[in-house]
Amino acid sequence: MTVLLDKARQRQTRVTGVILISIALLLALFLAPDATGNATFRLSRPNDTWPVPNLVVPGGAFIYVVSAFTAFLGVRLFLRGGAKWAPLILGVGLAVAVAAFLVWATAGKSFSLTGMLQASLVRAVPIALGGLAGVLSERVAVVNIGIEGMLLAGAFTGALVGSLAGGLAGLAAAVAVGGVFGFALAALVVTYRMDQIIAGVFINLFVLGVTSYVSSQVFQEYRALNNAPVFRAIEIPILSDLPVIGPVFFNQNIFVYGAFILAALATYYLFHTRYGLRARAVGEHPRAADTLGINVYRTRYVNVTIAGMVAGFGGAWFTLGSVGRFDEGMTGGRGFIGLAAMIFGRWHPVGALLAALVFGFADSLQQKLALLGTPIPSEFLAMAPYIATIVVVAGVVGRARAPAADGKPYVKE
Amino acid sequence: MRVELRNITKRFGPVAANKGVNLTIEPGEVLGLLGENGAGKSTLMNVLCGLYSPSEGEIVIDGNTVEFDGPGDAIRAGIGMVHQHFMLVPVFTVAENVVLGVEPVGRADHLDLATARAEVERLSEDYGLAVDPDAIIETLPVGVQQRVEIIKVLYRAADVLILDEPTAVLTPQEVDEFFQIVRSLCDAGKAIVFITHKLNEILDISDRIAVIRRGEIVGSGDPKKLTRPELAEMMVGHPVDFEVARAPFAPGGVILDVKGLTVLRSDGAVAVDDLSLQVRSGEIVGIAGVQGNGQSALIEALAGLTRPVSGQVLFDGQDITFASPRERHRMGIAHIPEDRQRAGLIGTFSVAENMVLDSYYGPPYAGGASIDWARVHTEAADIAEQFDVRTPSVRSDAAHLSGGNQQKLIVARELSRDTRFVIAGQPTRGLDVGSIAYIHSRLVAARDEGDGLLIVSSELDEIMAVSDRILVMFKGRIVAEYAPHETPVDKATIGLAMAGAAA
Repeated sequence: MTVLLDKARQRQTRVTGVILISIALLLALFLAPDATGNATFRLSRPNDTWPVPNLVVPGGAFIYVVSAFTAFLGVRLFLRGGAKWAPLILGVGLAVAVAAFLVWATAGKSFSLTGMLQASLVRAVPIALGGLAGVLSERVAVVNIGIEGMLLAGAFTGALVGSLAGGLAGLAAAVAVGGVFGFALAALVVTYRMDQIIAGVFINLFVLGVTSYVSSQVFQEYRALNNAPVFRAIEIPILSDLPVIGPVFFNQNIFVYGAFILAALATYYLFHTRYGLRARAVGEHPRAADTLGINVYRTRYVNVTIAGMVAGFGGAWFTLGSVGRFDEGMTGGRGFIGLAAMIFGRWHPVGALLAALVFGFADSLQQKLALLGTPIPSEFLAMAPYIATIVVVAGVVGRARAPAADGKPYVKE
Repeated sequence: MRVELRNITKRFGPVAANKGVNLTIEPGEVLGLLGENGAGKSTLMNVLCGLYSPSEGEIVIDGNTVEFDGPGDAIRAGIGMVHQHFMLVPVFTVAENVVLGVEPVGRADHLDLATARAEVERLSEDYGLAVDPDAIIETLPVGVQQRVEIIKVLYRAADVLILDEPTAVLTPQEVDEFFQIVRSLCDAGKAIVFITHKLNEILDISDRIAVIRRGEIVGSGDPKKLTRPELAEMMVGHPVDFEVARAPFAPGGVILDVKGLTVLRSDGAVAVDDLSLQVRSGEIVGIAGVQGNGQSALIEALAGLTRPVSGQVLFDGQDITFASPRERHRMGIAHIPEDRQRAGLIGTFSVAENMVLDSYYGPPYAGGASIDWARVHTEAADIAEQFDVRTPSVRSDAAHLSGGNQQKLIVARELSRDTRFVIAGQPTRGLDVGSIAYIHSRLVAARDEGDGLLIVSSELDEIMAVSDRILVMFKGRIVAEYAPHETPVDKATIGLAMAGAAA
C-alpha cells in the first residue's frame, strides 16, 4: 500500500523536476545568449563609511552556470525522487532563476542592488501588516477579507488627520479607525453571525466608496486637507553604516521598524502568553474554550479589533509613510496579497512577514526591471507580484493548515 | 463535597428538557445516570456544569445554594465535566490543553509551560493516568485523550466529575481500564456522575443508579438489586424484547465479493488497506471496529461514493468497482448511510420528497419531465405506515422528525423496494431502544428474504445481536473473523481484536 502513496508523491516530485528542467532550458536557450557583457550591481553609495566594491557578474556565463545548476536539481529530483525536499529544492531553483533573470536584465548595465533590497522592504510593509492583521483575526477563526478596506481606511484617515494635525496624530487616527472597522467586523460576524466573507467584502466596498467620494469631491476642492507630512527614515547609529545591511534594515521609517516589532510582539503574544493560548484555542475549538470558561465572543472581539488597528497602521504607510497624499483605491489589492502572505506564512506572524518580503521583492523587482528597460512589456512586469502570489500559494506552500474553526461562527448552546 | 439538584427544570422555549429533577451526588460514590438519547441527561448535566442556567430550581453544594454564570463558575465550585465529544484542542499539547483557562503565568503574561508540565506529571502519577505532557492531542488514541480530559478536570481541583457517555469511543479493553480509573478516583473521595445509555456498564460501575426518562427521574436504586430488563423497562417506559426473531441460518451463494480493495482518505492517507471480504445471500456480516479504522471509507467505496485506488468489487459476479451509485441502486443494492443528517436525507425536504430521493426520476413517479406529486404522496404515505415512520404528514419537513423516525424513513426508502444487498453504516446510532429493535428486525427480515447484508457499527452489542458472521476491522484491514453460530464468541475476544491484538 505504501507503494501506492509513494507513487502519488513520486509523480508530484517528478512534475517539480520537470518544471526545474524547463526553467533551466529557458534560461540556457533564451536568456543566456542574449546576456552580453557584465552585469554590475552597486552595493554601496559613493560616500558610505565602509564602501564595498561593486558586484560584477559576467552575464552569459552566470546564466549558463545557473541553468546547469537548475537542470542538475531538476534531473536529480526526476530520477532520484526525494519528495521530502521537493518544495525546498523548487524554492532554491526559483530563487537562482530569479537571480539569473536579474543578471540578464542588468547585463551590460549597472544598478543598485542595495537600493532594490531597500525598496523590497519598504514595499513589503503594507503586505506584512495586512498579513499580520490576517493572522491575528484568523487565529481566533474570523476570516478577515476586510483587511483591504481597513488598509484603505487607515491610508485615508492618515492623510486627512495628518494634514490637519500632524503626522503622529494622523498615525494615531489611522490606527483608531482601523480598530473601529475591526470592531465593526467583529460585531457583524460574532454578534450578528453574518457571513464572514460578505461582511469583509462589505467593509471593502464601504471604505472604497466613502474614501473615493471624499477624495474626488472634497480633496479636489480643499487641497490642504490632503497634504500630510511624511515620516522620514530614522538612521540607527552605527548599524546603519554597515554595508548593504545598514541601508536595508537600519535606515527606514517607523513603518518598516513597526512591521518588524509588531511581528515579534504578535509572535510573543500568540505563542508565549496566556491570552495568546486562549486566542488560539478559540480559533481551533471554540466550544472547548467555552467549556473552560473562556469568553469566546470577547476573545474574538478583542483580537479582531487589534487586527483592525494593525491594518490601520499598515494603511497609514501608504500616505504618511510614503507619498503624503491620498489617492482613490491606492492600496491596490495589498490587503489581499497580505492574506496570501498569511497563508504562505502558515498563519504565523514571522511567516507572514517573510512571505511579505518575498512579495515585496517581486514588487520592487518589477519596478527596477521597468527602469532597466528590458524588452518585456511593463504590463507583464507589473503582474510579477501577483504571479508570485499564485505560484507561492499554489505550489510551494504545500499542506498548510488553517485554524480548525476558521470562518465558522460560534453559536453558544 | 455533596451536591444536590433541587427541583431543576430546564425549558427551551415551550419544551421542557428537564422537569422537577431532584438528585443528590455523594462523595466517594459513582452515581449512574441512565437514560435514552434525548431523555435529558446531557441537559441536566449541562445545567450542573454551568453551560445552561436552570429555568427553575436550585443547585446546593454542601448546604449552600449556588448560581453558576457560565462554566467558569462551576469549575471554581469544583464541578468538572468530561464531555462525550472531547473538548480538547487537537493541535495543542497535553499540557497546554490541561492548563487552558487557568494557566500558570510568569511576568509579562508569559506562559509557564514548565509548571504546567510538572502539574500534568504529578496528576498522572497520583491517579495512575499515564500520559506524556508534551504529546500533541491529535496524535493520541482516544483512550489517552480521555485520560487527558480527566487530568484536565482534576487540575481544576474538581471534586465532582461528570462523565458524559465516556465509553462510547472506547474498545472493551479500554473500557475495563477506564473503569479502574473511575474506581481509583472514587477511592480518592471524588464524586462521579456516570452518564450512559448502556445497561451493562451502568450495572458494572455504579454504586447507585438514577433513571431519567423524558426529562424526569423515573426511578433509582441499587445496582445489586436491579436487573437489565427492569432497568430497560424503567428507561423506555415499557418492557423491551432484546432478542430479534430470525430464521435459521441458510446462506446462499456469494453475492458481494470484495478483492484487495484499497481506498484513500481525502488527505491521501490509506483508509482501507488491501481488504478482501465476501458476503453471501441470506447472511448478515457485521463489521466491528473502533471508529476511524476505515469503516466509513469502505462503506463509501461499496456505495459508489468514493473511487478505490485498487482492488475489485464484484456484485453477483459482475464488476461494479467503478459503477455509479445509481447503477448500484438499480442492481438492488441499498445503502443506509452512517450519518443520516449529512448523507441520509435532506432535512428541508418533506418526508415524501425524501422517500423518493432514489427513485423520483423514473416510473411510477416521473413520466417525461414532470413528477407526479400526487402519486409520490400516496406511495410515501403507504411506505411510511408500513415502516412505522411516525410523522404528522408526509408533507412535513424531515428535519422535524425525531432521530428514530428519520432513521426509519431512510430504512423505509432503502428497503421498501426489491433489494438484493444492503449496506448499513451505524444503522442505529443515537436511537432509542424501541427504534433500535425495530430497525434490527427490519434488517433481519431482509436477511430472511435472502438479501446479503453488510453492517458496520462501532457498537459491539449491535454487531453481536444481528450478525451471522463478524469481521473485525483495524487500521483498514480485516484482522479477525468469527462465526458465532458455529463457535460462540465473547465480547472480550472481539474487543482484543478491535484493539489490534490479532494483527
